[in-house]
Amino acid sequence: MADRRSGVRLVDRRGGRVSAAIEVVDLALSYGEVRAVDGVSLEVAEGEFVGVLGPNGAGKTSLLELVEGLRRPDAGTVRVLGQPVWPRDPRLLPRIGVQLQASSFFERLTTREQIHTFASLYGVAPARGDEWLERVGLVDKADTRVEGLSGGQAQRLSIACALVHDPELVFLDEPTAALDPQARRNLWDLLAGINDSGRTVVLTTHYMDEAEVLCDRVAVMDAGRVLRMDTPAALVRGLDAPARITVAPGQLRLDEARALPAVEDAVESLDGVVLVTRDPARVVARLAEDDRLDGVRVQTATLEDVFLDLTGREYRA
Amino acid sequence: MSGLAAFRALSLAIVRGFLRDRASVFFSLVFPLMFLVLFGGLLGSQGQSEVDLVQVGEVALLDEMDPDTRAAFDDTFAVERSDDLAEAVAEVRRGDADVAVEMRGDTLVAHYTETDQVKAAVTQGALRAFVDGTNVAQSGEPPRFVLETERVEDESLETIQFVTPGLLGWAVAMSAAFGAAATLQGWRQTKLLRRLQLAPVSTRTVVAARVAVTLGIALVQMAIFLGLGTAAFGLTLAGSWWMAVPLVVVGTLCFMAIGLLAGALARTTEGAVNAANIVVLPMAFLSGSFFDLDGAPAWLRAVSQVLPLKHLNEGMLDVMVRGEGPSAVLVPMAVLAAFAVVVTLAAARIFRWETT
Ligand SMILES: Nc1ncnc2c1ncn2[C@@H]1O[C@H](COP(=O)(O)OP(=O)(O)OP(=O)(O)O)[C@@H](O)[C@H]1O
Ligand SMILES: [Mg+2]
Repeated sequence: MADRRSGVRLVDRRGGRVSAAIEVVDLALSYGEVRAVDGVSLEVAEGEFVGVLGPNGAGKTSLLELVEGLRRPDAGTVRVLGQPVWPRDPRLLPRIGVQLQASSFFERLTTREQIHTFASLYGVAPARGDEWLERVGLVDKADTRVEGLSGGQAQRLSIACALVHDPELVFLDEPTAALDPQARRNLWDLLAGINDSGRTVVLTTHYMDEAEVLCDRVAVMDAGRVLRMDTPAALVRGLDAPARITVAPGQLRLDEARALPAVEDAVESLDGVVLVTRDPARVVARLAEDDRLDGVRVQTATLEDVFLDLTGREYRA
Repeated sequence: MSGLAAFRALSLAIVRGFLRDRASVFFSLVFPLMFLVLFGGLLGSQGQSEVDLVQVGEVALLDEMDPDTRAAFDDTFAVERSDDLAEAVAEVRRGDADVAVEMRGDTLVAHYTETDQVKAAVTQGALRAFVDGTNVAQSGEPPRFVLETERVEDESLETIQFVTPGLLGWAVAMSAAFGAAATLQGWRQTKLLRRLQLAPVSTRTVVAARVAVTLGIALVQMAIFLGLGTAAFGLTLAGSWWMAVPLVVVGTLCFMAIGLLAGALARTTEGAVNAANIVVLPMAFLSGSFFDLDGAPAWLRAVSQVLPLKHLNEGMLDVMVRGEGPSAVLVPMAVLAAFAVVVTLAAARIFRWETT
């Protein structure tokens, strides 16, 4: 799946043929004193898969709700699929699918009744609802009332309800929160499939691996602002963080390690000697020459490092 | 999208949600019925003793009754004759007799006290029926005459007659207000309201579905009340009872509006239901749902006039029990409709999509 963000569509976008699915200009929203969204501008191309990252309270949900047209912005404009989202435009609504952060269900309906109801609201045949139950693995729970679903099952139902009418543009607010690893991978495949068929997907997540695997671009938010928005690879590159190469114990002494070319620092650890370098290729080549590659592990910077670098390590309110 | 399909889907979802919520079913159907059984079954089964009537002087209406009518009359009244009006009235005052009647020209004058309200009502209703019946008889319309006599015979005017409309009014008010308040709050809590905002359904469709279900529940309540009352407790409905149907419809809208206001004001589902309760329960007492207010102080009766439930109850009593014509519900309907409009506007003003 790693090749999913490998440029084909980026070239498309740069070729200018693809129009914008979302255009956000100078968007702002405050709750009293709290500036939940503070001057955000961004563009999402049609067919793009975009992730929004940020600590708790960064304003991800608020931003999404503004873009969906659920809230009236204090300032700025949002156009979705070429149309302004505020005021509510009923012609736009069938073209977008939304999963809110809180599961929003009809009380005391079963899983099947739930998705059938949403299908009817969107003028879609009930059979499509059943297909979706299958796709998110809820057939066994079809006759269970929503109150009796586990957190992850409710989450999957919520996603199915968002997608049942096959929208062109999908908003998912932490879709994989509460999912077990199997369900998470299945959902990744499902979302990747939707995206590959040309649909635009915007999701928020706290999982960096998820963002790295799925997203063409990610926006890192904090305190209502988008700090950085780029491809995950570019963000990591931009971090210019050194790689850490661990050599198994007994292969290399600390003073030898420090003397190697391109190594900035070396420390002992239980796993062996850790070399800090900005040119891992050269260091690995050298280790190969010396035949010291046994059990070597190379860790480069990840999106998580970028995230922590941008947003700090403090707890958020 | 097809608004009709969305309407049906939403209505179905709401009905299912209602039927599966034991508490709402209990409080809107079972609980009021328990009261009906209590009042109608226990209190009503004591039966109604005869009314002691003192006839003062010649009363043509009574003296010239045909045998059938007379028999029916004697079922209700034990007649005693007297020539002294003052003494007869004194007897009534002392409680030795229930009513004294005299003829003043063409007018039948009845002297009675309100001490025993049921008896007073029986007396009033029965005498009015006799007068009406005789009038009809004398205008030479035998079929009407027969019909009216029949009504007189059946008009036992037991407790159930007076209890049913009041309890039905309370039941309708309660479930309409709670339903609206709880739905609004519940949907807002779960963000379903938000989610529906993002679905291609108009607010009108959502509201229409909720209103349709509440009206349906109210009519089912009415059918059960009247059906059970008639079948089990000898409830007899007066001729224009069907006018209570539109009255109940308007009443339901009015109490939905009140529930909506409670739901819009409150921040939690419990809060909304409690708010509805705080409004509806005292109102039921003050509107004579549980007992007659004729014996209550004048100021209390004045207060009850501004309560919508009072008008719903009175309108139902008029057409279902007191035998008044269809037009008797028009004023109560107008009052309830006015309430509904004013309260809905207020609720719409303070409505928020979310609790925060
Ligand atoms: N309805 C509201 N009323 C008042 N303040 C709010 C409301 N919703 C959000 N906020 C505040 O706005 C800020 C942004 O909240 P938001 O829900 O957008 O964050 P988030 O990035 O989605 O967080 P999380 O990762 O926890 O979902 C927070 O400080 C929050 O306290
Ligand atoms: Mg959020």
